[in-house]
Amino acid sequence: MATDIRIDYYPTHEQQGIKFRRGHALPFGATMVPNGINFSIYSSEAIDCTLVLFERGEAQPFAEIRFPEEFRTGNVYSMIVFDLDYERLEYGYRMDGPFKPEEGHRFDKSIILSDPYAKAIGGRDTWLATPNWDNIYPYRSRLVFEDFDWENDHPLETPIEDLVIYEMHVRGFTQHPSSNVKNPGTFAAIRSKIAYLKELGINCVELMPIYEFDEWENSKENPVTGGLIVNFWGYSTVNFFSPKAGYAATGKFGMQVDELKTLVKELHKAGIEVMLDVVFNHTAEGDHRGHTISFRGIDNKTYYMLTPEGYYFNFSGTGNTLNCNNPVVRNMVLDCLRYWAADYHIDGFRFDLAAILGRDQNGAPLSNPPLLESLAYDPILAKCKLVAEAWDAGGLYQVGSFPAYGRWAEWNGKYRDAIRKFLKGDEGLVGEMAQCIQGWPDLYYYRGPTASINFIACHDGFTLYDLFAYNEKHNEANGEGNNDGGNDNHSWNCGVEGETEDPYINQLRHKQIKNALSILMVSQGVPMILSGDEMGVTKNGNNNTYCHDNELNWVDWNLLEKNADIYYFAQRITRFRRAHPVLRSRTHFQHRDYVGSGFPDVSFHGTQAWEPNFDASSRCLGVMLDGAHAKGGTIEDDSIYIAMNSHYDALYYELPQLPNGKSWHLAVNTDMPTGDDIYDIGKEPRLEDQGRFLVGGRATVILVGK
Amino acid sequence: MKVTITEQDEIAVVEVTGDIDSKTAPEFERNAKLATEKSQKIAIDLTNVEFMSSAGLRVLLMVFRNIKSQNGKVILVGVSEDIQDVMSTTGFINFFTIVGTLDEALVILKQD
Repeated sequence: MATDIRIDYYPTHEQQGIKFRRGHALPFGATMVPNGINFSIYSSEAIDCTLVLFERGEAQPFAEIRFPEEFRTGNVYSMIVFDLDYERLEYGYRMDGPFKPEEGHRFDKSIILSDPYAKAIGGRDTWLATPNWDNIYPYRSRLVFEDFDWENDHPLETPIEDLVIYEMHVRGFTQHPSSNVKNPGTFAAIRSKIAYLKELGINCVELMPIYEFDEWENSKENPVTGGLIVNFWGYSTVNFFSPKAGYAATGKFGMQVDELKTLVKELHKAGIEVMLDVVFNHTAEGDHRGHTISFRGIDNKTYYMLTPEGYYFNFSGTGNTLNCNNPVVRNMVLDCLRYWAADYHIDGFRFDLAAILGRDQNGAPLSNPPLLESLAYDPILAKCKLVAEAWDAGGLYQVGSFPAYGRWAEWNGKYRDAIRKFLKGDEGLVGEMAQCIQGWPDLYYYRGPTASINFIACHDGFTLYDLFAYNEKHNEANGEGNNDGGNDNHSWNCGVEGETEDPYINQLRHKQIKNALSILMVSQGVPMILSGDEMGVTKNGNNNTYCHDNELNWVDWNLLEKNADIYYFAQRITRFRRAHPVLRSRTHFQHRDYVGSGFPDVSFHGTQAWEPNFDASSRCLGVMLDGAHAKGGTIEDDSIYIAMNSHYDALYYELPQLPNGKSWHLAVNTDMPTGDDIYDIGKEPRLEDQGRFLVGGRATVILVGK
Repeated sequence: MKVTITEQDEIAVVEVTGDIDSKTAPEFERNAKLATEKSQKIAIDLTNVEFMSSAGLRVLLMVFRNIKSQNGKVILVGVSEDIQDVMSTTGFINFFTIVGTLDEALVILKQD
């Protein structure tokens, strides 16, 4: 057989009955090779390295093999070990070197270190199963099979402007008993909700962190509720290449990789893209008081940004900062994203606190950050969506100025704030609303509207419902005396703080949610909604629920019935967006008629047609999008007129006159009761009065001209 | 784990007893391969298998790919509920026809 003719398929060394030989420096990590496993790891400052091998779950290793000096190439230690049971194997390393924190070195060979390139981690196989706290090696590197049968699957490459993104927490989405699924809280359970996602009309799920993290990190008893405070959100990575085993129904069998890949494949079959929220700004190792899991013991000075005294810079707000623009770390990030794109068919990435990725090794912002540039020009990532959260906890705020290389889009925090303030009735917002509707050309003039990921609520902050039910945050359950979480919520409780029986207030809250969804779905750029907002989920006014594995974070599916009108509306407004290409332009409006239709591509109006009022006291804006200019004039669409009124009184809006043969039809009127608030595509009733429309107080109206 | 191969009317029947994990998967694979050399119609009887790891599932898929490339057919028999759960969660189940008894498998394979 051809596989037997290579010399390196046979061992040259033996120790404790284990046979091994010199390995291959590349690829890094542990890789199956004929007859054995190739191990490769690098450290710039270690003086010695030992491979530690465990049988799965055993307390003590069955072998420790020191890398002979001749197995080292440069700073890379590599070795092939023969006849290992790759499915039952857990491996780690001991690194010897100086422990001199003031010089940046924290080597400690008494600790067994996890491989930064491991493809799965053992130790947290089932969510919140009590770990053995005395385990000498708690986060164990494992191998995975990489021969998944993708059949004809391929990342969907949906144009970004056509996406409707749905931000979701894997466990939170189905853990509530009302979700009625077989394996609640898992990748498999999301699969059983695919029909629901299609019905809702979204076409991209953005999964909050799914890289292996430890839900037990910083866990403690909740002083307020008596329950357990855990790391629920997972913005604290233990390993960048491994999916979270506790999110897989089959994690206890070590099959989380197959389960996640099957989810991606099935979502793709349903036309739904998968975006991952990735956290490259810091790791789970914390600051100088944190425990050593991997990076710190392998190459502290390489992986982390350190102060001159050897402490950790804390631009992430979580203890340490990954040294992303160190060439070695940059390559690891690149290897990681390539792996997820190529092996998991991931369609895009959203980078948590991405401004950190543009800081140099001393923390100063770079004008041309090598990591961001590498990602933008990488051949494997070429069709992936790259989305930045363009700020960090160190005060760097780059919305509109994030280094984009023609590729990067960003979470538009300004969009979120402007819409919130407008809807609560603040003055002086009409100008910003015009920017919001257009994909904010003032911020993204050169990058186009697709640079703007538009959202009004996300995991961080109030849910859409809470935005209209609470003036203030109510974070007591987080155990920090309500001092955590942001205070700039721009929210309005509609008259009563929290739940109320008052039907007028409840109706107003529902109307405000529909206003928000309407404006979001007709804005140029890329809309994103938070999972559960389509049925009015509440977190009881808590705007920072990172630590709760309970109803605060679990989508309560009973709300589909309780808030049936919101869901009815949400399903249709997503379809409205997807039915109208004029809402999804790749390029900015030109404010002129370049196809000869008699109308500019976009025009602004007030209560008088063609006379927008941008005064500080104005709360009214009408926008007309000319259907003949859809997608730069290449597609003929209906014209669309949007009337937004955040004044408390109803006002007549004079309508721009359509050309002969066309007339205005009512698609959305959030002032009307359910059933009459939004109409199915093609079933919009023709307006009797084509001259003007009475827009209710705090209401949004959308008309189609056809 | 024990594997026996018998032939019934040009159908190869692979009967497995015991657990299939990474330790026993190579032997299961050798036998399954032998079966594919005998026939393109294969029934794999897993009635007496309580546990199958990822490595075992991969052998099944290898047999499926091998036989499919020869326009043959593979049927799994007596797969326990636990194993079917794992196969379903990890997507393996989509590739296979699964029946309760060997007789049912033989009837289907004879029809083809």
